Formats: sequence, C-alpha cells, structure tokens
Amino acid sequence: MKTKTRTAAVRTLSLGLGVALLATACSSGGTGEAEETSGDTGDSTTITWWHNSNTAPGKDYYEKVAADFSEANPGVRIEVSAMQHDDMVTKLDAAFQSGDAPDVYMERGGGEMQAHVEAGLTKDLSEVAADTISTLGSSVAGWQIDGQTYGLPFSMGVVGFWYNKAIFEQAGVTEAPATWDEFYAVIDKLKAAGVEPISVGVGEKWPAAHYWYYFALRECSQKVLQDGVSSLDFSDPCFVKAGEDLEKLVAAEPFNAGFLSTPAQKGPTSASALLATGKVAMELAGHWEPGVMQGLTEDKQGLGEDTGWFPFPAVTGGKGDPAAVLGGGDAWAVSEGAPDAAVDFVKYLLSDEVQQGFAEQDMGLPTNPAAVEFVKDPALAALLEVRDSSPFVQLYFDTAFGTSVGGAMNDAIALVFASSGSAQDIVDATQSAADAEK
Amino acid sequence: MTDVADDTTAPRGATVSPATSTTQAPVVGRATARPTARVAGGRRGPGPAWRKRAEIAFFVAPALLLFLFFVVWPIVKAVQFSLYRWKGFGPLVDFVGLRNYVSVLQNDVFTDALQHNLTIVVCSILIQLPLGLAIALLLNRRLWGQGVLRTIIFVPYVLAEVIAGVVWFQLLQPQYGVIDAVLGVVGLEGPPQGWLGTPDKAMIAVIAVLTWKYLGLAVILFLAGLQGVPEELYEASQLDGASWWQTQRRITIPLLGPTVRTWAFLSMIGSLQLFDMVWILTKGGPANATTTMVTFLVTEGTKRQNFGIASAASVILFVVALTFALLYQRFVMRRDTQDPAPRKKAHR
Repeated sequence: MKTKTRTAAVRTLSLGLGVALLATACSSGGTGEAEETSGDTGDSTTITWWHNSNTAPGKDYYEKVAADFSEANPGVRIEVSAMQHDDMVTKLDAAFQSGDAPDVYMERGGGEMQAHVEAGLTKDLSEVAADTISTLGSSVAGWQIDGQTYGLPFSMGVVGFWYNKAIFEQAGVTEAPATWDEFYAVIDKLKAAGVEPISVGVGEKWPAAHYWYYFALRECSQKVLQDGVSSLDFSDPCFVKAGEDLEKLVAAEPFNAGFLSTPAQKGPTSASALLATGKVAMELAGHWEPGVMQGLTEDKQGLGEDTGWFPFPAVTGGKGDPAAVLGGGDAWAVSEGAPDAAVDFVKYLLSDEVQQGFAEQDMGLPTNPAAVEFVKDPALAALLEVRDSSPFVQLYFDTAFGTSVGGAMNDAIALVFASSGSAQDIVDATQSAADAEK
Repeated sequence: MTDVADDTTAPRGATVSPATSTTQAPVVGRATARPTARVAGGRRGPGPAWRKRAEIAFFVAPALLLFLFFVVWPIVKAVQFSLYRWKGFGPLVDFVGLRNYVSVLQNDVFTDALQHNLTIVVCSILIQLPLGLAIALLLNRRLWGQGVLRTIIFVPYVLAEVIAGVVWFQLLQPQYGVIDAVLGVVGLEGPPQGWLGTPDKAMIAVIAVLTWKYLGLAVILFLAGLQGVPEELYEASQLDGASWWQTQRRITIPLLGPTVRTWAFLSMIGSLQLFDMVWILTKGGPANATTTMVTFLVTEGTKRQNFGIASAASVILFVVALTFALLYQRFVMRRDTQDPAPRKKAHR
C-alpha cells in the first residue's frame, strides 16, 4: 500500500508539472505570436470571403484577386473559402444562425436578402460604396430596400430557351419562334421528326416554375408585376392567365418522358444532360446552361457549335413587354460588423480591372459596363446584349419573394405540370403563403 | 470491490495533502487512511452506498451528458422553436403560440404525408413479414448454396441507403432505364412518364425499393430467431409424425414470435421516420405523391426556412412515433419485455 500511495503521489505531481509546463508553453507561444503580429504593421485585419467559384479557372482567378488586394493593402489578409454552391448556401444559413457570418459573402437579392437585412446581418453599402453603385447603374436595383443598397451585383444573367441548332434544322425549323403560336408549330414539327421537344426538371421544381414566371412576365404589365412583387398582392387576373397559358403548354405534352421526376442539372438523365446529349431539342434555362452542359458531356464541349438561344416567345394579347427578361444575379455583400477593409475589398471586386478579368474567364455576365466587351464566349456575349437592351430584368419570383413564399409557389406550379393543380391554385397558394408572412 | 475502493481512495488521500503524504505516509499513511476508510464506509454502513452512487454517477455521467446534450436538449429546443415564427437567424421574438401546429395539421401536404407514412408502415409489414418468413424458413433448411443465398438476400441491407437510392433512381428511369428495357423485352410497357414520374405509380415503386432494401434485415433476424428454437421440439414433433408444414406452423412460427414482434417494431419506427430513400428517389414528388412527414419537415425547414413550422412538424412526428411505440410495447410486446422469472415467483 505504501508504494501505491507513493507512486500515485508521484504521478499526480508529474501530471501537475506537465500541465504547468504545457500552460507555460502555450502562454509563451501566445505572447510570441502577439509580438509577431504587432511587430508587423501595427493594425492587421483578416477578412473572410466565401464564394462559389470552386473550379478552375474561377477559383484560381479569385485567389489571385485576393492576393493582389492584400499586396496593395498591407496588413489586410484575406481568408478565401471556395465552396460548391449548395454547400455554401447551407453553410451561410448555419453561419447566420450562429452569428459567425463571413465578412464578404454572396447575396442573391429579393426576399432572402430582405430577411437578412431585417435581422441586421447585412451592412448598408449606400454611402460607403456610392461611387461603385453609380458605376453599376440600374443593375443594383435588385439589391436595394427602401432606396438603400445592401449588395453589389457582379454577375447578372437572363433566362431563355437554349436549343440544339442541328435538331431544329433536321426537323425543318428554320427560324426561332417569336410568338407562342409559332412555338406550338415548332413543337408539332419536332414531334413529327421523332424528337422530344423540351426537357424540364420538374423534380427540382424551380426549372418548372420559370415557365410560370415568364408567362406572368408576358401577361402582366410591368407596373402590375412590380407592384405585385413588392406588395405581395396577386389579385390581378393576369396572374391566373399566366397559369392558363402554362396549362395549355402542359396539355400539348411537349416535355421529355418522366419530366415530373427529372433533375435539373445532376446526372445523365437530368434536363440539361438531355439537351447536351441531343435527346431533346430545347430547354428553358439561364446563362449558366452552356457551362452546365459542358460539364455533362464527355468531350466537355456541351452542344458546342449547335448551341442556340432565343428569348421566351410573346403571348398574344399579353400586356407585358416581349423584350422584358427574367433573370437574376449574384452580388457581394458585407456582413454587419465586418472591418472597413471588407467594403474596400468588395469595391475592388467590382472595379473595372477585376470585372474585366472575370469577363475574360467567362465566369459570368459582368455588371460593370467597362467589362462587358471582354466576354469571350459568343453565347454569353449575345445574352449580354439581350440583357442590356431589355426594358427591365425581373428577378426570379422565388428569390424575390423569399424562400417561404417562393417554395409554396414553386410547389403549386409543379402541381400544374403534374395536371393535379389549376391556374387558380398557383395564385391561391402563393397568396396564402404571402399572407402568412405579413 | 475492495480493490477498486483502494484505488480510488488512496490517490485522493495523496492529492488532498501531498505534503503530509510524502512525509508521513511511510508510517501513518496506512495506519490512518485505511481504518478511516473502513470506519466511514463499513460494508453495511451508509458509506459504500454513497460511494457506490458516486461510482455510478462517475461512470454514467459522460454518457448522460452526451444524451442530455444531443437528445434531450434538441427536443426541448424543437419544442421551443415550434412556438415561434423564425427564419433561422436573428433572435426568437415572434411568438405565435400553437399557430404553427394548427397550420401543419391543416396542411394537406402534411396530412397526406402522414397517410403515406401509415401506408408504408402497413405495406412494409404485410409484404416483408410473409416474404421474410418464407425465405428464412427456406434458408434454414440444409440446401445447396445456403451461404451464398443468405449473403445475396442480406446485401441490399448493407448497401448505403443513398447509393442504393441513386442506383434505383437510374434503373427506374423511363426509356433509358433498365427496368423499362427489361419490361420491353417481355412485351410489357412501363408507365410513359416513368415509375417515379407518375403520381399513382410512384408510391408503388418506392415500396418496392424499400422491400428490396429491408427484406434482408427481416430474413437475418428471423434466421437468428430460428437458431433459438430448441432442436428437441423438432425431434419430438418428428416422432409424433408431424409433417414439415405442421412443424413450421405449430412450432417454429409461434416460437419465432418474440423475434417477429421486435422486427415489426423496428420496421414500424423506421417507416414512420422514412426520409433518405424517398428523398433520393422522388423528393416527395411527383405532385406530392410520396411525401413523408420527414420530407415535409425538411422541406419546410431547410428549403423554406420556416423553422417554426418544421419544428412543429417534428414535434408532431415525435408524438406520433412515441404513441405508436408505447401502444405497441403495451399491447404487443408486453409478453416479450417482461421478465418471466418474477412472474413465476409471484404465482407460487
């Protein structure tokens, strides 16, 4: 027993010593580090930046941009996190919940951003970035609430029909349809040629919802639409008419087999892959489509030379401007409480220099007018022209209304695709979700 | 027991007074420390009881803490969230009382989802029980390739749910899918919009995949249960001239009762909480034909950020599952869970 006690005591003693040593080691390490930083410049700041360009060349370009900024601003270090888009969105939600948001992050505008602003998470950039805002012009409108700007858009795209030129030619379609009457004639011709006309990923709902948004854009006047979006009042009959247009389209059965469970962009049976591999003639999608299709084909070319684009056709008797486009974009936002350098960094991201590089890498459709001419990809360059000549760009409704109303609306639209919901149901579901928010 | 006590008390004495222990330990250490321990904690006195409790507390505490932190705390939080309208960030300020519960229970999508869950519970048991039992009885006989057959039956259960889901999703594709191609060979035709894309066929497809996936578990459990049936009973029945069929009906299946009841319990709770397979195959679609309570709450929570509504739905799911579990324990599994020994004693 004696030896037992002795060894126990020794053990305790040595443990205590060990802890003490460790503590000293840590504290000395701590002071060492502190000396290092204070000896550096005096005030060193670290900015955290999350973006979703997680593949080359975008990822490398953003690394370089961050390095350039640090070089021009000694003492500012930028911690870049490149993430896959969905991962980023999930992590952002978690970061906002825990109050540990990155200093610079992506904001898609609309109701989503409004919720962040109302919770006091996003910095008002109106004053601090006034010059950048005036450069960007009208494209910042989607990131403004009550005249205050909370995000600086760096890429804005538009939605339209991407089609396979070769298949159109085979089916004897010489001209892209400009009205819905012409569109139905194209569908008939394609079906006669044995081709499934359109692929749509109803499995994920939003690709289907774009059809209703666009019909509403064609049926409703700009004023009715914009009032409806801001006041969440959908009583104007044009919204029901949009649904009826959609019902008519669904009844014509132009979609790929199994479209109700088709994914949007993932895998060889997704809507984008069906277009990329020549299984269908066209798909309604945004500016991302050529890039997505390239990733889905073995030669990384997508449709290549056969890639064609035409705008959503006009609806006879519709009150909307046929040149108005549905679209959306990504903006850089600064979280409340981020260091001032974060604002400078966002301004730098929107500078002529960085946006030109962004355009040259075909990373998106730049918003800074000085960068527009640098876009190399012909398909994207053509889209830019459409975007910049359109009377207005309507933000995707689901983004504009926020996740809760947008989700209810998209569900109701998907039900119309399944022929188990009506035009009126879309309006009712959206209205009741909107009323629950008020 | 005494050894443990020595180990725990001796170092403590040393740590409390290191000075005394180093100087006095050689002589006094043993003389005082031991007897006090004995006196304060005589075997029948209050001491060991206290010490025993301390020991239990010491060993249980880590697990208990984890349980409190990862199980009890989230449940409490979910109940709290369910009383608020909350977007997932910012403070909890918008107290709405029971409104979230009302909106969940009035939501057709949720009540349909509950119905789908119940359909799956019933179908799983009705399909897998006879099928599993038949296969288990078959595989319990000596037959050629027994081991291989058992493995084949069990493999789907071992496969990761997500991988199995993705594979089935591709197999069930219209036109390009293997299932439709095979059907085409024998002159049949799948639904034109695909099994997963046709609202009234999707649930059938989901149940078929679930049966494929979980049948292996039923079979393995039943096979294990069959090992517990005493060999003598078979011998006796043979002597009595019972046929194979009679032996199964009168001896094997009744003695398999506890195993079957346990399996059905697991199957029921699993069906109520079903999420991953459905999410990968259909995401609850088409036209909400395959939603479950969990897909509903995941959509409301992570997709629409209605965390209050999602929490209310999760509390309802919890209550439903708990009710089912309690009723089942009370009425079906009572015989299995009660220890037979005390009952016998009580009778005597």
